[in-house]
Amino acid sequence: MTNIIEAVNLKAHYISSAYGVKRTVKAVDNISIQVKAGEIYGIAGESGCGKSTLLKVLLGAHRPPLTVVGGSVKYHFGARDLDVLTMDERTRSDIRWKDVSYIPQGSMHVLNPVRRIGSSFYDFISAHQPVSRRDSHDLARAYLSELGLPETVLTSYPHQLSGGMRQRVTIALATILWPKLIFADEPTTALDVVVQRGVIQLLKEIQQKEGSTLVVITHDMGVHANLVNRIAVLYAGKVVEEADTNTILKNPSHPYTQYLIKSLPRLDHRGERVSIPGRPPALDNVPKGCPFHPRCPFVMEKCKTVEPPVITVRAGHRVACHLVTGEVSHAATI
Amino acid sequence: MPQPSDSPLLQIEDLTKVFHTRQGFSSKQFHAVDGATLSLQADKPEIFTVAGESGSGKTTLARLILGLEQASTGTLSYKGRSIGALSSREKRAWYYKEVQPVFQDPFATFSPLKRIDHYLYETVYNYKITDRAGANAYIDGILNEVGLSLAEIKGRYPGELSGGQAQRVSIARALITHPSLIVADEPVSMLDASLRMSIVNMFRKLKENQHVSVLYITHDLATAYYAADRIAVMLRGWIVEMGPVEQVLGDPKHPYTQNLKQSIPPINPDAVWNEKMDLAQLDSDAFAHVGCKYANRCPHVMEKCRTHEPPNILHEGRTVKCFLYE
Repeated sequence: MTNIIEAVNLKAHYISSAYGVKRTVKAVDNISIQVKAGEIYGIAGESGCGKSTLLKVLLGAHRPPLTVVGGSVKYHFGARDLDVLTMDERTRSDIRWKDVSYIPQGSMHVLNPVRRIGSSFYDFISAHQPVSRRDSHDLARAYLSELGLPETVLTSYPHQLSGGMRQRVTIALATILWPKLIFADEPTTALDVVVQRGVIQLLKEIQQKEGSTLVVITHDMGVHANLVNRIAVLYAGKVVEEADTNTILKNPSHPYTQYLIKSLPRLDHRGERVSIPGRPPALDNVPKGCPFHPRCPFVMEKCKTVEPPVITVRAGHRVACHLVTGEVSHAATI
Repeated sequence: MPQPSDSPLLQIEDLTKVFHTRQGFSSKQFHAVDGATLSLQADKPEIFTVAGESGSGKTTLARLILGLEQASTGTLSYKGRSIGALSSREKRAWYYKEVQPVFQDPFATFSPLKRIDHYLYETVYNYKITDRAGANAYIDGILNEVGLSLAEIKGRYPGELSGGQAQRVSIARALITHPSLIVADEPVSMLDASLRMSIVNMFRKLKENQHVSVLYITHDLATAYYAADRIAVMLRGWIVEMGPVEQVLGDPKHPYTQNLKQSIPPINPDAVWNEKMDLAQLDSDAFAHVGCKYANRCPHVMEKCRTHEPPNILHEGRTVKCFLYE
């Protein structure tokens, strides 16, 4: 399989200076990821670990004070190679929605409240291909029925729909031009479990129908378990572990990932669950060495000074921890 | 069915809250809580979960219990005294001391412009818990119970604390008056996964050590299953299933509870969803519905479900509001 996104040593900082006080928030700190064409790639982590910032940079949608300090992001659409960080505005708006699409956070609030849903669909479609209002309506109707959504939403205003329905309409809107690459930022947060399941199902369906690539950000490991093929776990702006979903959930190597999985309450087991001690670091003052060392139960002297390198334990499983060396994938378990 | 006990802490019978909405000349009734009946016992502290999707009336029930809303019909009594009949002076002096709230967003609970310890001192002085000299030691003791210390938070603003710490302070503030009941409305839904369990574990600890009952309102069934002793599942103002959590969530009987349980994303990679589920197409006005409020979505719907309200039926150790178990 070929890579559709290739990000190398990406560094993006929020740089602000007010009254001579410079502040640098390292939200994305030396991240390298590759997303394969046709897969569902998950990005996990707590709030404030740089998930959404990473997505902005991968989309090329960063604006000051967010500045890309180093590294590169490339898309490979078949024979076309695009450098996301240097491409001109023209190309950017050409590929937007047609090739690359984005389902924003809180997407039930992004619909224009004074326009009917059908008009929003027309706006989207007409911006990228010449269509008449009627054709766009037919296109939208066909697509909605394909996704199992009622056609009546086209004549409704956003406030007439429930939150879950608005979320699904936004997803339909973002994917109507069959983009090859879809980014979704917390697509199910703020929905209750029943609707959440419907949205996950919808995303899966869209991805399978067109064989598109989906990059999903969420802090909810349950969503990751049921949707994505591979997961990158972010902590303090760094990828601390990356592997397929099965490995991350059953056999995590990094102490942070282990804690993250162990702390999840489960319906099949009522025993005592651990919680991670301490709190996530502020990104303008990340601890030296391994960023997780103040909370880690296996902390060594080395962890406090030397940043652990990213090691490939075996094909497709990368970990950044001093405990993990090439031969031993499990130095310790919590 | 809640067993009548000699020492009820909180007794709610047939509690209903109706909101009226007006559109032009027509007015609509909206039953946010519809005939809720439950009771907590004083001698046996427990964590009682109220679960349900958004718009099911969970928060209105909490606000009724906290005395922030007046019930339309039904009775709400605490330690044998009717809450509606209390004068506002008695409410302040006694009831608000006994029942304390913890809210969803810790950063909305506290003003960002006030130091967070100010709230703790204010509560101590308002309820005349100790004199000024003893306040420091008292507050430090309370903070220790939630895993903090006064030195850690003194003089700090809410924005300087993490969400988990701020929520702990919020719980510490609730504990100052030594309440018998804490009403926690979605206390962990704003917190990160790693901090959630520390709050839920703390509720378990408080129940054991301080004999505080907790009314834990949530839409997160996984933490409910982990923490609670009993659970009430709400749907559009009704309590559709209520009983011990092992039974209700272990083997749900009401079709709605079954749907809820199946919708929790399984974390076990061997047990991920395969079958498809049908989602409600458009939200019909189920609040004004005659008959069962779940009839439109229920896979086992019968003719009478559309015309008659199902009774509360005692079935395998829990109450189910469904014709299937008649």
